Amino acid sequence: MQNILEIDGISKSFSDIQANNDISLYLRQGQIHALLGENGAGKSTLVKIIYGIIKPDHGSMILNGKLYDPNTPEVARNEGIGMVFQHFSLFESLSVLDNIILGQKGNQKKDSILERLDDLQKDYDLQIDVNKIVATLSAGEKQKVEIIRCMLQDPKIMILDEPTSVLNPSEVEKLFNFLRKLSKQGMAVLYISHKLHEIKELCDTSTILRNGNVVKSCDTADVTINELAQLMVGKAIDNKIKLSQPKQERVLDIKNISYTNPDIFGTSLKEIKFNVNFGEIFGIGGISGNGQTELMKVLSGEVGLNDGNQILYHNEDISALDINERRQREIVFVPEDRLGHSAVSSLSLSENLLLTNLWDHNFFSNGVIDTNYVDEKTSEVIEKFNVQCNASGSLASSLSGGNLQKFVVGREIIKMPKLVVCEQPTWGVDVGSASLIHNYLIEISNSGSTILIISQDMDELRSICHRIAIISNGVISKPYDAKRITPEDIAIEMAK
Amino acid sequence: MFKLQKKETIDQSSLYTVPLIAIGCSLIFVFILFLLIGKNPVLAIFIIFVEPLLSIFGLSELIVKATPLIIIALGLSIGFRAGVWNIGAEGQFTIGALFGGATILAFYPTSGIWILPLSFFIAIIGGILWGMIPAFFKARFNTNEILVSLMLTYVAILFLSGMVYGPLKNPDGFNFPESRLFHDSGTLPIIFPGTRAHIGFLMALLLAGLMYYLLKRHKFGFHVKVSGESLRALVFSGKSTNYMVYLSFIISGAFAGLAGVIEVSGPVGQLVPAIPVGYGFTAIIVAFLGRLNPLGICFAGLLLALTYIGGEAAQIKLGLPNAITGVFQGVLLFSLLAAEAFTNYKVTLKKMRGNF
Repeated sequence: MQNILEIDGISKSFSDIQANNDISLYLRQGQIHALLGENGAGKSTLVKIIYGIIKPDHGSMILNGKLYDPNTPEVARNEGIGMVFQHFSLFESLSVLDNIILGQKGNQKKDSILERLDDLQKDYDLQIDVNKIVATLSAGEKQKVEIIRCMLQDPKIMILDEPTSVLNPSEVEKLFNFLRKLSKQGMAVLYISHKLHEIKELCDTSTILRNGNVVKSCDTADVTINELAQLMVGKAIDNKIKLSQPKQERVLDIKNISYTNPDIFGTSLKEIKFNVNFGEIFGIGGISGNGQTELMKVLSGEVGLNDGNQILYHNEDISALDINERRQREIVFVPEDRLGHSAVSSLSLSENLLLTNLWDHNFFSNGVIDTNYVDEKTSEVIEKFNVQCNASGSLASSLSGGNLQKFVVGREIIKMPKLVVCEQPTWGVDVGSASLIHNYLIEISNSGSTILIISQDMDELRSICHRIAIISNGVISKPYDAKRITPEDIAIEMAK
Repeated sequence: MFKLQKKETIDQSSLYTVPLIAIGCSLIFVFILFLLIGKNPVLAIFIIFVEPLLSIFGLSELIVKATPLIIIALGLSIGFRAGVWNIGAEGQFTIGALFGGATILAFYPTSGIWILPLSFFIAIIGGILWGMIPAFFKARFNTNEILVSLMLTYVAILFLSGMVYGPLKNPDGFNFPESRLFHDSGTLPIIFPGTRAHIGFLMALLLAGLMYYLLKRHKFGFHVKVSGESLRALVFSGKSTNYMVYLSFIISGAFAGLAGVIEVSGPVGQLVPAIPVGYGFTAIIVAFLGRLNPLGICFAGLLLALTYIGGEAAQIKLGLPNAITGVFQGVLLFSLLAAEAFTNYKVTLKKMRGNF
C-alpha cells in the first residue's frame, strides 16, 4: 500500500523542552495507525504540526508525494486532513444542522449539504437527528457531530485525539466499527490514545513516543499489551500494592442527596444514596456530565444543600458545614480540574499548598502567613511525592500535568486524612504518575483512610476500588463488588 | 485583518517597562498636540512636567493633590486585583467628604482633639455604606457593579449639593452655597508652615506601606490574589464569591471616604458643592499606572498630581485650556492599556478571506 503521509525528522522545542525530537512516521492508505505515548510524550505537538497549528523547527512532511508545509489548519483541511479533537468545538445552543453548516467552507447550498449528509449517514451508520440542539446530546452524539463535520470535507486522513475518553462501551464499539469501515475504503486514520487494549484491538500499526522521541514503530499484532506499556513508560510498572479489607464501620453515609442544578445545561442530582466503610475505596463511575461534578461540589460543601438532605460523616450531619469546616474534620478534597480549581497555575507551589490550608492556624500568626512553615510543608510534599520541579517557589504552570496532579493529591494525603474525596485523580496524567497516585491512595487506605473516587476511567476504578457504583443522569446505581462487575453491568447502568 | 494572540510567556520586566512606555507615548502625543495648536512644545512640556517640581509651592501642591489620588487608588487596587470593578470611588469620596464635614460642623465651635478622628470614622462609614449599595446588588441580583457604582456617583454629588444648599449652608454666609469654614479642631495639621501640605500625605504613605505588607504577607492578600486568578479556586479555598465583592467595596469605599474627609479637612477647609473634582476617576488611572502595586501607586499618584498642577500652570502661563490635564490623563490611560495589550498579546497579520 501507498504511503499517504510521510513525516521525516520532525523536531520542535519550546524554550528548554524538546517536545519532538527527530520524529519520523509513515501513514499508509487504508491503515489505522496508533500514536501512543504518555502525557507529555509529544503526541499533541506532533498532531498540531500535522494539522498546521504549530510550525516545526526542523524536518519535513510529504503528503501524496508532494512537500506539505501547512501554515494554518485551513491549509491542512484543504489538503484533506481532518481532525476530531478531544474537546468538542461545537456551539451548544445551536442545532446539529447549524453546527454542521457552520463548519463547512465557502457558501455551500444547504440542500447540497443535506444531501451529502444523507449519503454519509447511510454509508457509515452515523444516524443523528439533525434538528436536535447540541446541548441536549450525549458526549457520544456530540462526537458524531464532530465526525460528520469532518467527513463532509472529504478527508484523506482522519486524526482522532483520545476519542474514547468520553464514550461508554457500546459507543466505543460503534466508533471502532466506523473507523474500520473508513480504513476499508482506503482512508488513513491516525489514532491517538494511551488506552492500550483499544490500540491492540483497533490499530494495524503503532508508533510509540516517549519524551519526544520515537521509541518504536511496529505492527500492533507483533507486540503484547504489556510490551506496549513498557515501551510507553520506559520502565516496568510497579505492581499495585494489595488492598486490605475495610472494616464494617460507616464513615460516610449519604442518606439522600437531591440537588437541583441552577444551570439548565447542568445535571441535577436525584436521591443519591450510598455509604462508604472505614478503610474502603469506593468508586463512582460514569460518563462525564452525569452529575459527577455536582456530586463532588455537594460533598465538598462548595455548593449548599436544601433542607432534608443528609450527609452523615461518622454519624455527624455535615450537610450544613462549609468546605473548611469539613476540612477541619480531616476530610480532604481533590476536584477534577487542576487549572483554576484545585490549583491556580499563576501561583507558586507554596501558595497552592496554602489554598487548602487556610483554616489551619499553624500556617498563620494573627493572620500573617508563616512563609517558612508553608515552604517547609511544600518541600515535604514535593519530596515525598516525587514532584519534578525547581523549588517550592516554582509556578504551578511550570509543572507538567502529571507532576502538578501529584502535588495536588500529595498536598491532601500527606495529612493522613480520615476521608479523601477525589474526582478524576489521574485525569490527563501520564501512566507513571497515575500508577504512583494509585499506590498512594491504596497505601493510605491500608493505613486507615477512607477514600471516595469519582472517575470516568472504569479500569482505574476496577483496579483500586473495593466497591463501585455508576452514576447516570444524576442517579446512582447500587454498589457492585469491584471484582465482580462486568462490562455488561457497566454498560447497562450507564445507559439508565 | 489583525489577530491578537495571547503570548505564552510574559517578560517580568514588563512591570516597569509598560508604565514607562505609556508615559513616553503620552508625552509624544502632547508634544504633537502642542505643535498643532502652535505652542512651543518643549516650553509647554517644561512648564507642565518640570517647573512645578522646582519650587516649594509646587512641591507642596503636588503632595496636596497626590494625597486623595493615592488613597483612593490604594482602595480601588484591591477590587481591581480581585476582579471587582468599582468605578464609583468619586461618589464614595463625595459621601466621605459630606459625612466627615457634617460631623465637624456638628461640633462647631467645640474644640477637641477627638473631633478629627471622629469625623474620619464617620466619613469611612459613609464611604463604606455608599460602596455597599453596588456590592449588595451585585451579590444579590448579579447586577453590573460598574454601572451601579458609576450612577451612584451622580446621586452622591447631587446629595452633597442638596445638603450644602440646604441644611449645611453657612448661616452667616450671605446665602452662598457653602458651609462654615471649619474651626481649628476640624482642620488637619500642616506639615510645612506656609503651604497647604498637610499630614494626610503621611497617612497616604503609611496606608501604602500597610497595604503592601497585607498583600504580600497576610491571608487577606492571598484571598485577593486567588480571587483575581480564579473564582472557582477561591470557593475551593473556602470563601464565597460574594465575600470578595463585599470586601472589595468595603475597602475601596472606606479608602475613598477617608480621602474625602482628608480633602475637606485639609486643603478645602469647608463643604462646597465643588468638592468632587474627579479624583475618584483619576484614581482609576493611578491604580493601573501603578500596576495595582501600593508602591507603584504612590509614584503614579504623584505623576497624575503633577498633570493637575502643570495643567493649571500651562493655563496661566501659556493660555492653554484647562482641558489639557484631562487630555493628558486620557491619553495616558489609553497608552497604558495599549502597552499592556502588546505585552500580553502578540499581533499577527491574517489574510482576509472572502467566505468568512
